[in-house]
Amino acid sequence: MICRTSPEVGGMGHSIKRKEDLRFIQGKGNYVDDVNLPDMVYGHMVRSPYAHARLKGINTENAKQLPGVLTVITGEDLAKANLAWMPTLFFDKQMVLATGKVLFQSQEVAFVVAEDPYIAADAAELVEVDYEELPVLVDPHKALDPDAPILRDDREDKSNHIFHWEVGDRAATDKVFEDAEVKAKVHAVFQRCHPAPLETCGCVADHNAATGRLTIYLTSQAPHAHRTLFAIVGGIPENNIRVISPDIGGGFGNKVPIYPGYVCAVVASLTLGRPVKWIETRSENLQSTGFARDYHMTAELAATQDGKIQAMRVKTLADHGAFNAAAQPTKFPAGLFSICTGAYDYPTAFCEVDGVYTNKAPGGIAYRCSFRVTEAAYLIERAVDVLAQELKTDPVELRRKNFISPEKFPYKSPLGWSYDSGDYDAAMKVALDTIGYDALRKEQQEKRAKGELMGIGISSFVEVVGAGPAHTFDIAGIKMFDSCEIRIHPTGKAMCRMGTKSQGQGHETTYAQIVAQELGIPAADVTVEEGDTDTAPYGLGTYASRSTPVSGAATAMAARKIRDKAKKIAAHLLECSEEDLDWEPGKFFVKGAPSKAKTIQDIAFAAYTNMPEGMEAGLEAVDYYDPPNLTFPFGTYICVVDIDKGTGEVKVRRFVAVDDCGNIINPMIVEGQIHGGLTEGLAIAFMQQIGYDENGNVQGGTFMDYLLPTAVETPHWETGKTCTPSPHHPFGAKGVGESPNVGSPAAFVNAVVDALSHLGVKHIDMPIAPWKVWNILKEKGAVN
Amino acid sequence: MIPPAFEYLRPQTIPEAIAFLQQYGDEAKILSGGQSLIPMMKFRLARPGYLIDINRIPGLSYIKEEDGYLKIGGLTREADLENSSLIHSKYPIILDTARVIADPQVRNMATLAGNLAHGDPANDHPATMLALGARVVAVGPQGERVLPIESFFVTLFTTELQHDEIVSEIRIPVPPPGSGGAYLKLERKVGDFATAGVAAQVIVGSGGICQQVGIGLTNVGATPIKARKAEESLCGKKLDETTIAQAAQLAADEAEPSSDLRGPAEYKRGLVKELTLRALARAYERAGK
Ligand SMILES: Cc1cc2nc3c(=O)[nH]c(=O)nc-3n(C[C@H](O)[C@H](O)[C@H](O)COP(=O)(O)OP(=O)(O)OC[C@H]3O[C@@H](n4cnc5c(N)ncnc54)[C@H](O)[C@@H]3O)c2cc1C
Repeated sequence: MICRTSPEVGGMGHSIKRKEDLRFIQGKGNYVDDVNLPDMVYGHMVRSPYAHARLKGINTENAKQLPGVLTVITGEDLAKANLAWMPTLFFDKQMVLATGKVLFQSQEVAFVVAEDPYIAADAAELVEVDYEELPVLVDPHKALDPDAPILRDDREDKSNHIFHWEVGDRAATDKVFEDAEVKAKVHAVFQRCHPAPLETCGCVADHNAATGRLTIYLTSQAPHAHRTLFAIVGGIPENNIRVISPDIGGGFGNKVPIYPGYVCAVVASLTLGRPVKWIETRSENLQSTGFARDYHMTAELAATQDGKIQAMRVKTLADHGAFNAAAQPTKFPAGLFSICTGAYDYPTAFCEVDGVYTNKAPGGIAYRCSFRVTEAAYLIERAVDVLAQELKTDPVELRRKNFISPEKFPYKSPLGWSYDSGDYDAAMKVALDTIGYDALRKEQQEKRAKGELMGIGISSFVEVVGAGPAHTFDIAGIKMFDSCEIRIHPTGKAMCRMGTKSQGQGHETTYAQIVAQELGIPAADVTVEEGDTDTAPYGLGTYASRSTPVSGAATAMAARKIRDKAKKIAAHLLECSEEDLDWEPGKFFVKGAPSKAKTIQDIAFAAYTNMPEGMEAGLEAVDYYDPPNLTFPFGTYICVVDIDKGTGEVKVRRFVAVDDCGNIINPMIVEGQIHGGLTEGLAIAFMQQIGYDENGNVQGGTFMDYLLPTAVETPHWETGKTCTPSPHHPFGAKGVGESPNVGSPAAFVNAVVDALSHLGVKHIDMPIAPWKVWNILKEKGAVN
Repeated sequence: MIPPAFEYLRPQTIPEAIAFLQQYGDEAKILSGGQSLIPMMKFRLARPGYLIDINRIPGLSYIKEEDGYLKIGGLTREADLENSSLIHSKYPIILDTARVIADPQVRNMATLAGNLAHGDPANDHPATMLALGARVVAVGPQGERVLPIESFFVTLFTTELQHDEIVSEIRIPVPPPGSGGAYLKLERKVGDFATAGVAAQVIVGSGGICQQVGIGLTNVGATPIKARKAEESLCGKKLDETTIAQAAQLAADEAEPSSDLRGPAEYKRGLVKELTLRALARAYERAGK
């Protein structure tokens, strides 16, 4: 159990208000586009209107003639500096500016720099590009056809196939399926989505020729890793690069990759000797930056007649677009997709994924999930519902029958994970009680008799987050540890610097609360700073719900190092031996004599004014934390929908989300994260898709067609929790930011399918727009 | 999202504005709420060389009943309609319409006149004005013309307005007792243009007999559509389940939707039928009150 500090200290479990919100709600944040430097100039990207075309020539003369234009950079210019291509984060390379040909609509072709953004936009129109259209490949299923156009003629391998990856025991799995009493199969497409952070991507690159230093203000979720990549790719000494990631307006994985615009701004600043600002428009963000999902999946489950799942078999086609710009650990071509066996106990599984190129924007990134975990959770939770239909059994009953039972943890999953802890049935029970499951099923029967449509959808997801242990996890070779440095000032106040980078998650508050918990210094007295690579310790950044599991752990460990030193100082001050001291948050006291105590503030002062002989001055520590395992948050979500038969509209009547993320730091922030993620899940399930027509034109490349839900579309979220601490995390936390996005799509879709199941419907692909429902009703003769 | 350069002109009177329009011809565009024009300019789909901002012309913003008409000024905003007690009490169909247009920020700027003048079949007011039998008052160099709404919409983004004419007023016949109307729209999310929308206005006489009916359809064709056959089918008939269902089917047949991201054409046709059914039922219900 975690001891509870006073509200004044505000350690773990206190819903203190977010420290960062004051500046955000007063408009005093500082985002990249707020950075204005003397002499700054502006970049504008020229982009391809075609999805696949040969570049026959680029004429920049007219653009350069426009007064105020400083330079126009093309791919050929970059090629001279060997910068026309850059490595992606996953064993591929990507064009910075196109040479030879373009491979997706909105691909970067030329970079115009001018004295102001208006001139830059006008000049971009004057860049004349001569294209010769080539056959376009949009459908990933056709990528491997013999007559498919080969997209990447730069590669040795003249094929659109990127990788094949498999895990599990194919032969054993096939055998179980051969003998299975019952089989269920679902083909589910997790459509291409976009994280669509409210702040688009951008940077200000500022090279100072006198000092040789390059400062890049960057919309980056991983500033340190980006610094290293700029050093390696650009050949700039790493000590001469400073990446500053100021306030970030949402990332969701979209701000993990390095984008061509950043590189162009850096090149322009190096050539012009002036700061160069480049900020994407909304359409540029949606059309060219890291998309998510685009997984075309088939799942099968084998089970006994009485409903015991025996095996799972998964085959998936992954559409990566023009370049494999996935941002994920190097040993995992399909991310952590092999978590797809879910919350259920069975020994056998096999999963294979093939990646292909198409004429679409490159990716895909982990949109609020630890690398393909959302796809995995969606797949298993859909498949279990289909199995329930085959077995004509209640989906809740089927789940409960197959849950991994609490005493089996740590549980070795058939595809190789070691689940740290879980009590899936506990979360299920809370969810069922909260929503009143049995009454809802009864109501559904009555409604069906009257021809009305309502559905109940369940999702009992398991997440895998907090990448990750150094032995298996690295990005571009850099191990996935993370860090915290704590400095206690003489007056007992603290400064905390991190290797992670908040994009709205509330780090300035939660890390302060961890320090408050561990040292008893009030959270209000702890300043948390992230994002400046000159000052913060090295770390891999914030994505994959890793901040609390990894940097949060580092914070506790650094605080504990400080506590160890503080104990020595306390012993010195109290003139006793260390063994005679006990700790409670905020002070050391002599065992059995609580009045003989020194507060952490007394000790901090002494660390600079009255330290024991032979001890270094100061009170600070750094910790680089290598997690022993990942953490496995879970939960059960239940969704109730009503369907309007006349229009096909689906209304979410209720949604209960019971999450278990272990010990909680700030319950209010956790709830806020869940609300946000559920709203994204709702959008994915019902509204969002980055589609392409047969010519590779983006459909959904503006907010007119890529629909962001507002308060009007968003139902009331009912949240609940259970608590199963992680056994290996220093304070038993698991990470929560991604759970709602991972767990909810299946709940929504299962609810709609459930509403239509009596008509024989087994699956509907997302986004479930009203027309899709209406078409089904029409086809099934349920409306005329 | 930066438009090409343009000249900005701000006339103080209608004649001054018309003079600018004559002077700059096709290169000039009137700017009222700017909620359609400015996005098109930012996408560089519209490139007027001269923007003639009529927002400072006094006396063009009003909502009043006069001479048997509801008169709405050329600069009256959606938000004005939404907040008008006259609209609330007597013209629920207009309130239905204004409320489902875009979002509050857009409605604070957007004008009814602009919504009609833009000639976009996706806009919501055209269907409602067709149902209400409105007239558009256009002022040009030769003076005033009163254009019936039935022939106002020519093709996509094209209306009966001449390039040197300004919409100064919209007139709607004051509905007699026994009138009721409703506008229903299905949208993918709040602020979206209609997947389909249906406006219905009825005048119900004694015995529930329908004396007059207007039905307008949103975003199911190149122009806003007046569902004449559906209207005719109801005139002189008693409004009941059967006649309403018949009219709804006729309205669906009159729609000319195309497939797009909002849905396939067949779905939209089905939607027109369903929304006509519901709009007529609601209009009838309101007529009784
Ligand atoms: C995000 C967003 C969502 C929207 N959603 C909807 C919606 O759901 N439904 C809907 O109906 N509309 C919607 N709109 C459009 C909005 O209602 C427009 O404002 C309206 O269609 C045009 O009115 P305006 O006053 O803004 O005209 P402007 O944009 O200023 O002008 C539009 C056109 O009409 C001409 N014009 C304007 N006023 C006059 C006049 N008095 N005389 C002659 N010509 C004139 C202009 O020259 C221009 O060609 C949306 C707009 C936005 C930005």
